[in-house]
Amino acid sequence: MENYEIETKNLNVQIQKNSILKNINIKIPAKQLTAVIGPSGCGKTTLLKSFNRLLEIQDEVNISGQILVDGENILDRKASEIPDIRKKMGLISQKPYPLPMSIFENVAYGLRIHHNKNAKELTETVQHCLEEVGLWSEVKDRMHDPASRLSVGQQQRLCLARAIAVQPEVILCDEPTSALDPIAAQQIEKLLLKLKKDFTVILVTHTLRQAKRVADHVIFLYFGKVIEQGPAAEFFNNPKNPETKAYLAGEIS
Amino acid sequence: MEVLNRRTLEEKLFKILMVGSLCIVIGSLVVIFGLVVINGASSLSIEMITQTPRPSTPGSPPGGGILNAIVGSILLALPATGLASLIGIGIALFLQSDFLHPRYSDIIRFMLDVLWGIPSIIYGIFCLMIMISIGMSSSILVGMIALTMLEIPIITRSMDEAIKMVPIGLKEGAYSLGSTKIETAFRVIRRQAFPGILAGILLGLGRGIGDAASILFTAGFSNRLPTSLFDSTATLPTMIYNLYSTPLGQSKAFAAAFILLMIVLIVSVLSRLLTRRFKKHIIK
Repeated sequence: MENYEIETKNLNVQIQKNSILKNINIKIPAKQLTAVIGPSGCGKTTLLKSFNRLLEIQDEVNISGQILVDGENILDRKASEIPDIRKKMGLISQKPYPLPMSIFENVAYGLRIHHNKNAKELTETVQHCLEEVGLWSEVKDRMHDPASRLSVGQQQRLCLARAIAVQPEVILCDEPTSALDPIAAQQIEKLLLKLKKDFTVILVTHTLRQAKRVADHVIFLYFGKVIEQGPAAEFFNNPKNPETKAYLAGEIS
Repeated sequence: MEVLNRRTLEEKLFKILMVGSLCIVIGSLVVIFGLVVINGASSLSIEMITQTPRPSTPGSPPGGGILNAIVGSILLALPATGLASLIGIGIALFLQSDFLHPRYSDIIRFMLDVLWGIPSIIYGIFCLMIMISIGMSSSILVGMIALTMLEIPIITRSMDEAIKMVPIGLKEGAYSLGSTKIETAFRVIRRQAFPGILAGILLGLGRGIGDAASILFTAGFSNRLPTSLFDSTATLPTMIYNLYSTPLGQSKAFAAAFILLMIVLIVSVLSRLLTRRFKKHIIK
């Protein structure tokens, strides 16, 4: 019996009366890398942001169905519990948005709002998180420089460090490499592969090749519906659905 | 060929128009400053800022300085701006979609814009009526309240526009770390919008320190230095008005105007320097 981190039941999402996600029933295995693929505008990002209830900061969003995390429906939780739900799920966005503060403070931010750590523990944890993402050696001499001065690739890794600092269970990645140069992109990919030992990683991507390289599990979305899902090997080598075959063959995009 | 000519002509015409407008703006600044300096130079002295006015004898220009007006202006405008900024930042953060449905915030924004448009004399008279009905007389306190009311819509709307510009991705980043709305607003959004927030405060201060109509009745006028919140006081704008209507006082009025301009200039430069220190953190 496989261990599932997130499961959705009949998840429907409407934004400004447009149906974006239709009857989504998926299971996301724990401590694995799940790739959500599909053409742009098919609802991948919306799906991702529904997992940490980030959709609700927009207007006119209607969500129905269930999203089960650790067996509990997070859509039932009260507004005051939302920060705790989000704390469990780090988000890496397409374009990195470091917080408007120093490199140190970026990683320390989450620690400061959630844990009561003393200065020494704080410094140690920040260093540990930066080491995890391979940024420590690059920034250790300028920890108090503004994060905005880092390169985009470094900023993206800083966002990863910031996310793992609050010890989430899941890392949600929304096309994290699409704004990066090939070398920075490769670094992020390697990191995600490393991080899936400790975290459940969900990677939204529109590059099929990236999904093939890194995914353990694949979910294929097309026009707001799940067309096919399953283990990566089976999905890529033996797709069952004609639309999946067409997408993999590059006939639809 | 003919089409191309029309287009290059259009291009040139608009360039001339733009440069022309720029010249008008910069020109007015230079002319105003020049006029103030030329007319006030003869009365500018260290006395102006170190002494209070002396009763003048008929036939000679008013004596002494305008220290009371400088003190009065600062005592009115700084606390009023501080108070209005405090209230303004609260309203401005609350107006964002994180807290309030845009349906309601748009109504509030509209009301603030209407308040912005109300002439300052109305604020003055409004405060005067309240002041009389509760048995107070013109004083620093009432003038401060009138100025605060005048500045709130200006400061709030400028801050609001600055905060609206904060990228949604930054908010999402902060929320994803498990921040509450308040933490996101005060620790992240405030920092990102800081230069705009400061510009809003400055706009309010500039308006407040230069406004005469709202404090004409509420702060009153006095030739002495104020000693308590309940004293009436002169301010630079009312002092300029008074001096200019005194025989032989025009030159002193221009000198007072020069001092007012200098105060505004110094505050602007200082806050620019302050902004630069924070700007380096801004995420683009």
